[in-house]
Amino acid sequence: MKPVSMEWPYPIKYGEETEMSADVLVLGGGIAGCWAAISAARKGANVLLVEKTATKKSGMGGTGGDHWHYAIESPFCPLDSEEFAQALVDNHKGYNNGIARYIQCRDSYETLLELEAMGAKTRDTEDEFAGAEFRDEETKFLYTYDYVNKYTLRVWGTTFKPVLYRECKRLGVTILDRVMATRLLTDEDDQTRVVGATGVHTRTGGFYVFSAKATILCMAYPGRQWIFSDGNGGMASFPPPTNAGDGHAMAWEAGAELTMMERSVSGMNGTDGGNGVPAYMMGTHANTWYPCTLVDAEGREIPWIDRDGVRIETVSDRCMPAKGQKFFLMGGGVSAAPHPGIYEYMAPRPLMKEMLDEGKLTLPIYADLPSMPEMERKVIFGMMVGEEAKTKIPVVQTLRDAGFDPSQDLLQSYHMIGLSDWLRPPAPSCWRRMGFNPGGPLVDWDLKTSLDGLYAAGDQVFAGNDHSHAATTGRWVGKRASEYASGSAPGRVSRAQVDREKERVYAPTRRKEGVLWQEFNAAVCKVMQDYCGGVRNKSMLNLGLLTMREIQNREMEEVYARNPKELMRVLESFSILSVGEAILHASLAREASSATLHFMRSDFPALDPPEWNKFITIAKKAGRVEVGELPFNYWLPFRENYDKSNKS
Amino acid sequence: MEQSKEMQTFPGNQTAHAPVEIDSHSCTGCNMCVNICPQDVFLPNPTKGSPPVIAFPEECWYEGICVETCPVAGTMKLVQPMMKRVRWKRKKTGEHFRL
Repeated sequence: MKPVSMEWPYPIKYGEETEMSADVLVLGGGIAGCWAAISAARKGANVLLVEKTATKKSGMGGTGGDHWHYAIESPFCPLDSEEFAQALVDNHKGYNNGIARYIQCRDSYETLLELEAMGAKTRDTEDEFAGAEFRDEETKFLYTYDYVNKYTLRVWGTTFKPVLYRECKRLGVTILDRVMATRLLTDEDDQTRVVGATGVHTRTGGFYVFSAKATILCMAYPGRQWIFSDGNGGMASFPPPTNAGDGHAMAWEAGAELTMMERSVSGMNGTDGGNGVPAYMMGTHANTWYPCTLVDAEGREIPWIDRDGVRIETVSDRCMPAKGQKFFLMGGGVSAAPHPGIYEYMAPRPLMKEMLDEGKLTLPIYADLPSMPEMERKVIFGMMVGEEAKTKIPVVQTLRDAGFDPSQDLLQSYHMIGLSDWLRPPAPSCWRRMGFNPGGPLVDWDLKTSLDGLYAAGDQVFAGNDHSHAATTGRWVGKRASEYASGSAPGRVSRAQVDREKERVYAPTRRKEGVLWQEFNAAVCKVMQDYCGGVRNKSMLNLGLLTMREIQNREMEEVYARNPKELMRVLESFSILSVGEAILHASLAREASSATLHFMRSDFPALDPPEWNKFITIAKKAGRVEVGELPFNYWLPFRENYDKSNKS
Repeated sequence: MEQSKEMQTFPGNQTAHAPVEIDSHSCTGCNMCVNICPQDVFLPNPTKGSPPVIAFPEECWYEGICVETCPVAGTMKLVQPMMKRVRWKRKKTGEHFRL
């Protein structure tokens, strides 16, 4: 690329204020945000959706989705929502969001039908897979993983975001793209009530003051928290790099209760901090590629075993529960991976690590698509890999254009979860990420946070999960927020809060030199790696907090932004510092180690002692951090509480 | 407040030389890619009708939304950087290939 000399092409509007008001303010235009907006608009609310990028294709779901999880209420799934939601909670030894999981199980199938009515492709209408073992012939829905219980569906997720966007517009939702939400606004006279938010345009730097009766946080979960790559920023995470935890930072700074913030996992979801291969662009048996056969470099097929170590002979049998097992659980987020879930729900797997460790396999490993039954091969490469996020262009089109033929070619494996150390040594334990089922704002059955007027959905709620979770929780919360809004008086936006925020937001634009956002982000990550990594203790956590405070008082005053896009990255980096602070506090509060949370305290080494089997909550109020707790399963009973909240 | 317009692009500083290739002959400068990019890596070219400037190539998420959105087939191509060029092997012959 040739060097270019140019002026910033958009008008600069630093300091210029635009005020907008609505009944319901949705922050974040991903899957959860779009469903929340649609749901609130259907109830008659005046809805404003604010999105940092371009809503039509934004967020993790913007580029697609292959799995539609937990359609328990479908006509062909024999399971019960209550038993399945409880299984998901139990598989995390209690550390899960039972409210969100139950809503997801109950509403997943009907939400998918609504999506189909909007114009999305959800079933095999073209009969590409007629007669396949994974197709329900009556409905033409395709399922995956467990072919007996059929709880997770295969869907054409690349068609979803555009129809959600169209539906938002059809319902009169006001969509404001390229605006980053920066802080929540609380009522002038009542700090426990949220009355709106502030925002900054990412191209002009213009300031926005949003006032709303109800605000819904839909900004996913934090990234770039331990690992940052400035040379390969966009390759260093599976979710979008713009998922920088702005929503978590906003909730934390406004005083909302958060929980499970001490949970994280090591490793970088296959991206290796930018050094891994593109997601799904390698031979594997897992997830989107399930249940692909694997072979070694000599062409030897890697055998599969069930949870009891019994050899599985056919491809079909990889999709069946084990003898005496009702159903197995599979899919991102079902267990506290890399720890396997509990025995009751353990899935089949290839006998890879053992054979590698015994020297019985020659590396590298390959995915043997040519050997797969034709329907399985077609559905894996071309449908699942193709419809899943970030696969249509980067994987399928790229490989096909280069001559890759799934009926003839073995795609090499580069990195697999749980693979032997021979192929890939484990990442340093200080290189971490929030992972599946991450911490976040505590919510009740209305998906309301601890602050009045503030709700959350999708990956923004604690222990959030996947696409259908975002859709179902967004759909649920939109109704609740709308109901609240219709019964409330507008709040009072505080001029003092707005002025303070403008000062914070624009300070970097007034400096002509100093620290750029990349260095700041990398430094915050280093604090997390050093003091909040694989093993923590009280003195290190306190040093981490001290360092964060010092950074706030010193280096934060040196950060500068040369244009509104850089300002967006600067403000994201400041969010990352806020979230780091919350994680450090949550880590201090849990005085026990936990295998499930991947949380190790060298000063409290006992793993999951019974008295610590509970949720720890944290909230920042008037500069002090309040620590609380909630028992496991605090949300029970499922059915009655669901019905109570769903009355209207 | 003073308006700040200064900016530079520094190709060559990034690890990946060019995440997207744009055919300047078929590109009409419609800027649909600019406006859909989820990481806002493009800026509209100061010369109207010319391909956009890839101003922040190191921030590219490599998801290909720009390529998918471009209305002129074949104009945009996602380029996986060298370290992402995966290998495969032809089962029957054992011949090796690389992206």
